[in-house]
Amino acid sequence: MNNPEPTQAVTRSKEDVVFEARGLTKVYDMGEVQVHALRGIDLDLFRTELVVMLGPSGSGKSTLLNILGGLDTATEGTVSYLGRDLTRATQRELTEFRRYHVGFVFQFYNLIPSLTARENVAIVTEIARDPMPPEEALDLVGLSDRLDHFPSQLSGGQQQRIAIARAIAKRPAVLLCDEPTGALDSETGVVVLEAIERVNRELGTTTAVITHNITIGDMADRIIRMADGKVSEIEINNNKRPPSDLHW
Amino acid sequence: MRALERKLIRDLWYMRGMAIAIAVVIMCGVATFVMSRSTLDALTNTLRQFYSENHFAEVFSSAKRVPESVAGRIQALPDVDVVETRVVAAASLDIEGFDEPVTGKLISLPDEGDPRLNQLYIVNGRKVAPYSDDEVVVSDAFAEAHNFKPGDRIAAVVNGRRKQLTIVGMARSPEYLYQGSPDSIIPDFRRFGIVWMDRTPLASAFNMEGAFNDVSLTIVPGGSIHDVIDEVDHILEPYGGPGAYERKDQVSHFYISEEIRSLGTMATMFPVIFLAVAAFLLNVVVNRLVQTQREQIAVLKAFGYSNVQVGLHYLLLILAIVLIGVAGGLVLGIRFGQGLAGIYAEFYRFPYLEYSLPATVVLSALGVSIAAAFAGAISAVRRAASLPPAEAMRPEPPPRYRQSLVERMGLQRYLSQPTRMIIRHLGRHPIKAGFAVLGISFACGLLLMGRFFTSASDYLLDIQFNLTQRDDLTVTFVEPTSRRGLYSLESLPDVEFGEPFRAVSVKLRNENVTYRTSVQGIKPDGDLFQLLNTKLNVVEVPPEGLLLPPFLGKRLRVAPGDTLDVQVMEGRRPEYRVPVAGFIEQYIGVGTYMDIDALNRILKEGPTISGAYLAADNTVLDTVYSELKEMPRVAGVSSRLRAIQDFYDNMGANMLVFAFFYTLFAGAIAFAIVYNSARISLSERARELASLRILGFTQGEVAYILLGELALLTLIAIPIGFGIGWGLCLMVAESVQSDIIRYPFVLTRDTYAFAATIVIVSAILTGLIVRRRLFRLDLISVLKTRE
Repeated sequence: MNNPEPTQAVTRSKEDVVFEARGLTKVYDMGEVQVHALRGIDLDLFRTELVVMLGPSGSGKSTLLNILGGLDTATEGTVSYLGRDLTRATQRELTEFRRYHVGFVFQFYNLIPSLTARENVAIVTEIARDPMPPEEALDLVGLSDRLDHFPSQLSGGQQQRIAIARAIAKRPAVLLCDEPTGALDSETGVVVLEAIERVNRELGTTTAVITHNITIGDMADRIIRMADGKVSEIEINNNKRPPSDLHW
Repeated sequence: MRALERKLIRDLWYMRGMAIAIAVVIMCGVATFVMSRSTLDALTNTLRQFYSENHFAEVFSSAKRVPESVAGRIQALPDVDVVETRVVAAASLDIEGFDEPVTGKLISLPDEGDPRLNQLYIVNGRKVAPYSDDEVVVSDAFAEAHNFKPGDRIAAVVNGRRKQLTIVGMARSPEYLYQGSPDSIIPDFRRFGIVWMDRTPLASAFNMEGAFNDVSLTIVPGGSIHDVIDEVDHILEPYGGPGAYERKDQVSHFYISEEIRSLGTMATMFPVIFLAVAAFLLNVVVNRLVQTQREQIAVLKAFGYSNVQVGLHYLLLILAIVLIGVAGGLVLGIRFGQGLAGIYAEFYRFPYLEYSLPATVVLSALGVSIAAAFAGAISAVRRAASLPPAEAMRPEPPPRYRQSLVERMGLQRYLSQPTRMIIRHLGRHPIKAGFAVLGISFACGLLLMGRFFTSASDYLLDIQFNLTQRDDLTVTFVEPTSRRGLYSLESLPDVEFGEPFRAVSVKLRNENVTYRTSVQGIKPDGDLFQLLNTKLNVVEVPPEGLLLPPFLGKRLRVAPGDTLDVQVMEGRRPEYRVPVAGFIEQYIGVGTYMDIDALNRILKEGPTISGAYLAADNTVLDTVYSELKEMPRVAGVSSRLRAIQDFYDNMGANMLVFAFFYTLFAGAIAFAIVYNSARISLSERARELASLRILGFTQGEVAYILLGELALLTLIAIPIGFGIGWGLCLMVAESVQSDIIRYPFVLTRDTYAFAATIVIVSAILTGLIVRRRLFRLDLISVLKTRE
């Protein structure tokens, strides 16, 4: 680890570790050049915490998140989830991992355009174990009045909140958000962050939010700074602020 | 309904344009297949049914005059089931208001009750009353051609005496479904008719009381047809029989089964090619369609859908499209099949039609379509699903564009930026472009194949009736006569000159292969009838030896220089050995030719002729007809122009009807393919093109980038399509060769132009539709989403 294990009010024991990454490396073959997206990352994420990963574009945050979520595979190193080695998991195991344990929120929402808000959530709850009803998930993000709207009939903020509802409706253990406010204005962004914060608080979902917006770090339990494919700093935020207090 | 199923239905609706285009391709493939197979099935079944219901005989023979008691000997032969004796005679018919000579074939019916074999199917009117002296039933085609109604009267000139006959009914007979006359294999219903009447008056007119000159019979199940034929020949030999023959050599049956056979070849080959091409196109299109869904596949996977689930989802989507196509194809195929079978039933004069759709046809159409679609989809789904979702959700890395060959040659200063983009894009995706080109090429090839018969027919007629047969009228005498017959024809005022011919029916044999046909003796340096060699140069008829078409040479396994056994099927049936002098080009029928003097010599007769080719003033042919009709020795007259017309009405129509439908389907496929290529291109590149619009490119320039590519692909595809079509036509021409007609492998410039035009028109229509969509591109959405 680059930094000593943080000591804070909430004590973190070994049992609380959700993700454990060691020496994580990722090399992309982008056409004619090789891109080293991750250069040996060591990192732990803990149960119920909300971390914000900060870093300029190209620092490797999205790659890290994708590997944690089983969307991508590492070139080298290991990552384990609740003690299970994801780097050795088969396709089938990764699919199961995503289906039952992880919720994703993407920068560009990635909703299915041909499905309504309710159906976009349902498409995930239908294959989950013990999900909440889609209506409840949408209520949690304040969209109970938009159940039957198609993505094209909704604003960007609303679409992103559907994406959050979709991600949390299965009651995942972890919620991974890749620039959830990246395509939104600050006011809408705050609404979206409130939804994420509420899910983290009320459901106890381990949450990781990627952003290059430093302000958002203020709502985190921990702030992980990344640069050039490495974790450059981990900061414990003892002064957590609610999203409504954030402005940018 | 589950959300995934809803997505399926809505996606299907959203991509309905493309889905319909794909479905149309399948629909055309399936419709062609179903139409062809069911039509053929209907014809075969109906023919079988009609034969059995009307007790079509299995062995036929004729003789000069046989005492009725001999029938008992035939009946007593082992293996013989039912025997029917008849009196059959030719007479010239006199029809009021029709000046040309008409030949009638008079056939006896039992004085009481129905014949036991070759029964009549009365279409209109009634049967002949028992022991009626003057009532007759005529073939319905003949009746139609002359507009006869029951109660009409015609006169027959029998042995020089006129006999008034009353038509009481019109009938079809299994024996005369096809009614070629002795003169022409192309049926001429106006100048040749079948007339059935009671036996007593017919026998007395021809001096056949207590005798018969025609016998037909059936064989007991499992009996030996060849033994029976040998025995019958043996019994009838003293009475001047030309030899018994079995059903497969019976003229009507032979022609109909030959025609159904070549129809069958066509109806097997075309649909298989259509279905194969449709399957290939389906594969290509589906593959591209699934690729455009790469992102959605990634999202589904990100949320924990397994590869199998995602794969099934897309297969279901494809299945839905395929099923729509197959269903449409079945409906259309059955509709067209019924219509087409109806046309053919009319054509072959089947009184009814047994139409059914065999389950195997439906299942194989379904199976091939689904297999082809899935093969296309599975590779694309697999490719999309094999990517880790994170990667699939990212835009594809910018493709490695390079300077195109054109640019490396330094020609870019002549090309606009959009043109260079087109060329680079094609160069970057050579496989995709290749498949698009191949798709359009196949459609073009199908069009060419659909039009092949029209092209070949026109050419065939030109060769047959302009280069080979150059007379205005062909006259046949009742029986061979001396050369003086020619002079009497030439002395008619409107006849310019004539050339004689001698025709005799023969059985050709080489080792154990035999073939029944005729030898026509012609003038070696004639103007009115010229034989062409396979290079279409006029052949000098050699003083000795037989000229025959290569088709027959192949059948008899002889080549020029070999010798054939020729048995003359007249008189005492002498046999000679005659050398094969050469091959000649011949498309209709199978006939052989030799020098008329040589033929006279072989037959050990003087300068005898069977008829003559006449050159006459075309404007007064009607006068010539009535003059010829007055000549008692003239049995029949055929006109070259009429023969051409008859060809298109009858034999040609046979193939051309089918070909028309094939062309129709090929056109639909061509449009669907071009449209689909463009639509998928549009969805693949919408973002890129919208970005260009934002950067300041005009609508026209952006349209040019997309449609210019389409135009370029289409232009490349056309010549390749010509090549494909050429190959397909060659295959088709080879396979539909028959004794009746052999289509020359000829593709005229018109045919090529036709195929190219349909493809280009499809491309233009597509261009217009796609351009409209292009102009409605949502520019703002491009700014909002990534890339």
